[in-house]
Amino acid sequence: MIRTTLIALACGCVFGAGLAISGMTNPARVIGFLDVFGAFDPTLAFVMLGALIPMGLAWRVKERRERPFAAQSFVVPATTRVDARLVGGAALFGVGWGVAGLCPGPALANLTLSPLPAAIFVAAMACGMALHRMLPRGTPSTRQN
Amino acid sequence: MAASLSSISLGLAGGLMIGCAAAAMLLLLGRIAGVSGLAARAFRLADPGSTVIATAFVIGLPAGAALAKRAGAPFEASFPSIIYLVIGGLLVGLGARLGSGCTSGHGVCGVSRLSKRSLVATGVFMATGVLTVAALRAAGVGP
Repeated sequence: MIRTTLIALACGCVFGAGLAISGMTNPARVIGFLDVFGAFDPTLAFVMLGALIPMGLAWRVKERRERPFAAQSFVVPATTRVDARLVGGAALFGVGWGVAGLCPGPALANLTLSPLPAAIFVAAMACGMALHRMLPRGTPSTRQN
Repeated sequence: MAASLSSISLGLAGGLMIGCAAAAMLLLLGRIAGVSGLAARAFRLADPGSTVIATAFVIGLPAGAALAKRAGAPFEASFPSIIYLVIGGLLVGLGARLGSGCTSGHGVCGVSRLSKRSLVATGVFMATGVLTVAALRAAGVGP
């Protein structure tokens, strides 16, 4: 349990440091990426590229393993159905992302860098998540990210 | 916010760190480093599951960012006004849960797995994000 907690904490730290170093904790930079008809800033594409390389390799390693190195089993989504919830949710998410220039990772990482605006966004985000819990359940959402 | 060789190199370096952290979550703990799902679980706004992993990871995010800043990572940020933060936050929280993921879960973990759901979700949120910024700009309240 302690080992698991420390691994998750360390992963969160490296993830958060990566967000800060990449410039993604700056909403102006994220909005710049989405501003393709204006002052386009391609930085986010390079962040994605950088993140996709180790993660792509990790999926290949995962295929050869029965179980993770420090846990009992893999907990990964198995759903493949593209439905209205997925598309509608992603569409709403994109609008919010464009409005604020923040998504969950950078918002949480910003709690130490720019505490006030980050806390406002995170509180609103938690309300949005709570709202989702109140919605009638359709097909069970198996994907927990 | 103009891009430069430096911002792009730092973006690539930070991205590699994000990807390594997500890779370690998968290979060591068997979990997807999807921040919206982990945050919902840490906030007790998701079905019961491993709250320990989720909470530790979520605490790590601001801790790691603070460490990077202390280590001298160039840091600047410009935030929109409170109304944008509130509306954006609500839509991001609701949308990420409804769509079962965000930039990290779908955009990094799912896309690298070539998951059809994640490829669709990432395409959709990139598109609505671009349209939103363009619409705000056209309305004279954009960047």
